[in-house]
Amino acid sequence: MLTRASTFLYQRPRLILFLLLGPPMIYMAVVYLGSLFLLLVNSFYSIDDFSGVIIREFTLKTYTQLFTPANREIFVRTASMAAVVTFVDALIAFPLAYYIAKFSSPKLKTWLLIAVTIPLWSSYLVRVYAWKLILAKEGILSWFINLLHLDGALAWLLSFETIGGSSLALSPIGMFIVFVYIWLPYMIIPIQTALERVPGSLLDASSDLGANPLQTFRNVILPLSFPGVVAGSIFTFSLTLGDFIIPGVLGNSKFFIGQAVYSYQGTAGNIPLAAAMTIGPVVIMIVYLLVARRLGAFDAL
Amino acid sequence: MTNPSAPAIRFDQVSRYFGEVKAVDHVDLEIGDGEFFSMLGPSGSGKTTCLRMIAGFDRPTSGHIHLYGQDVSDLPPYERDVNTVFQDYALFPHMNVGDNIAYGLMIRKVSKPERMKRMDEMLDLVKLSGYAGRKPSQLSGGQRQRVALARALINHPKVLLLDEPLGALDLKLRQQMQVELKSIQKRVGITFIFVTHDQEEALTMSDRIAVFSEGRIEQVGTPAEIYERPASAFVAGFVGTSNLISGDVAKRITGSDQTFSIRPEKIHLGSSGAEIDGNMVSIDGVVRDVVYLGLYTRYLVQIDQGNDLVVIEQNLKSTSMDVLSAKGQKVRLHWHKDHISRVGG
Repeated sequence: MLTRASTFLYQRPRLILFLLLGPPMIYMAVVYLGSLFLLLVNSFYSIDDFSGVIIREFTLKTYTQLFTPANREIFVRTASMAAVVTFVDALIAFPLAYYIAKFSSPKLKTWLLIAVTIPLWSSYLVRVYAWKLILAKEGILSWFINLLHLDGALAWLLSFETIGGSSLALSPIGMFIVFVYIWLPYMIIPIQTALERVPGSLLDASSDLGANPLQTFRNVILPLSFPGVVAGSIFTFSLTLGDFIIPGVLGNSKFFIGQAVYSYQGTAGNIPLAAAMTIGPVVIMIVYLLVARRLGAFDAL
Repeated sequence: MTNPSAPAIRFDQVSRYFGEVKAVDHVDLEIGDGEFFSMLGPSGSGKTTCLRMIAGFDRPTSGHIHLYGQDVSDLPPYERDVNTVFQDYALFPHMNVGDNIAYGLMIRKVSKPERMKRMDEMLDLVKLSGYAGRKPSQLSGGQRQRVALARALINHPKVLLLDEPLGALDLKLRQQMQVELKSIQKRVGITFIFVTHDQEEALTMSDRIAVFSEGRIEQVGTPAEIYERPASAFVAGFVGTSNLISGDVAKRITGSDQTFSIRPEKIHLGSSGAEIDGNMVSIDGVVRDVVYLGLYTRYLVQIDQGNDLVVIEQNLKSTSMDVLSAKGQKVRLHWHKDHISRVGG
C-alpha cells in the first residue's frame, strides 16, 4: 500500500511539488500578503472627525494628513535615527564579523556566534529596561563617566537641543545607544555569512597581485560582502523605523513612527491614519532597496 | 637589491612546521633564471607549502628564501615580484575579465590607456580577445584558467607560480593547455614554477623536476634523469611504473644484493632458453597474466615465489590473439645492464 502510494507520487513530480509548496504558499498569500493588503486598503479609508466612525470609501484624505508638519517631523526624526543606527551598527559589526569569519578557529567561532546571539535569548523588554537603569542619571554609566572625569563632556553633549536631554536615559543619544545595541546581532550575522562565502584564495590573489591589506579590503572584501551589509541594514533600518518600545521607555516625549501608529490605532481609534503611517516605512524601505540596487549592492550575489 | 645573474629562487635550509607536522623539512633548492621547473609529489609532500612560501602566503619556520639574490623570507606577498596562478583560479567574481586581468596594474596606478593596451595584449596571448566584458561565471574552466594566467603575467613578474592549475580540467583540455603553457613560457621567458602531482604533466613540460616526499626533496633533475635514473625507490615508484628488485633475486641477476629498479618497457620478453648477449642480464619466469591494451600489452611475469615483474611490450607485429596465448608460458626476461638503476637501501 505504502509502496503503491510512493510509486504514485514518484511518477507525478508536479503533484509532489504542489503538496510540498502549497501549504506554505497559501499561508504566505493569506496571512502575510493578505494582511498587508488589508493595511493598504484601510489606508485609503478615512475617519469621520465628529463621530470617529471609519468611512469605507476610497479617499486620499488620510494620506494628506501624513504631510502635516507634526507628522513630517516624526518621519524625518525616525528615518534619521534609523539611518544613523544602521551606519554605526555596520561600522561596529564589520570588524567583529570579519574576525569571526576569517580569523577565529572553528571552536572559537562557535563560541563567538553564541556570544553574539545570547542577548536574543532574553526578552527584548528586559534588556530595554536594563538599559534605562544603566543610562539613568544615577546609573552605572554616569558613575563610570564621573570616574573618568568626563562628566563635563557628557553635560555638554546633553545640552544640544535635538539630541540632548536631562539625562542619557531621557535623551535621543540614549535611545541611539540602545538601538545600536539591540539590533547589532542582526547586522553581525548577515555580514559574517557574506564574509564566510568569500574564498580565502581571493584575498591571497589580491595581495599576490600587489594590493596591500587596505587595497584588498576596498577592492575585494568590501564589494563581495556588501550584500551582507545591505541585508543587515534592512534589518536594523526597518526594525528601528517600526519600533515603539525604545522611544517609549527611553528618550524624550517626541514621537517616532511606531509610537504614532500605536497611539492612532489604540486610544485615538484612527485605524486609517495608523495604516497610512505604516505604509510610510514600507515605501521608505522600497526606495532604500531600489537605491541599494542602483548602487550595485547586489551585483556580487 | 636583486641580482639578475643570481638563481631565480634559492631555498636555504627552509623548514615549515605546523605544530608537530614537518610540512617542509630542511629543503635546499636552486631554480635557474628562465627555467620551467616542476615540483612533483603526492598530496601532503610539501610542494604546495614551498610554493606558498615563495609567494609569501606562508613563512618559513626556519631558513631563508632568496629571489634573485634578495632575501624575501619576511616580505609580505604584495612586496614580492612574484605572481601566482591558483588551483581554483581565484578570479574576482564581481569584476569582468578585463578588470580581473588589469587588477595588478590598477593597484599600481598604471594609467588607464596603458592598462587597456596591456590587457589587450594579454587577452591576445591567452587567445581570449573579445572576452574582456564577460564575467568569470560566464566562462568555461579552460577559459578561466587562461584569465588567471593573463592576470598573473600582465605584471611581468620575475617568477610565475602555478599551483596545480590544470587539475580541474578534463584530459583533452589538460594536454592542450600543457603544450600552450610551455609555449607561453618560451615566449615570455619568465621562470615558471609548476606544482603538480601528475608525473606525466611534470615530465611533459619541465626543464627540471624536484620530486617531493614527506617534506623533503628526493631528487632534482631533468625529466630524463628522473625517469631513467631514479635516485630512490620512492622516485622510481612515483614517476612512472617501476619494478623494484632486491635481495636474493637481485643477487641472482646482477651479482649484488643491492636494490635496483628497472622500467617495464626496458625488459624484453624472450622465449625460454634464448641466448643472451654479454651486455644483457636475464632471468627466467612464467607469464602469470596478460593485459591487452591496444597500443601495448602488459605482462605480469612471475620470476620467483611472490615476486612479479611488470613487462610492457608494444604491439608492433603481434595481434591480441598472439599476446593472450602467452599466458602460462615459460619465458626468459632480459634487459640491458645500463637500464638498471641502483636505488640504494
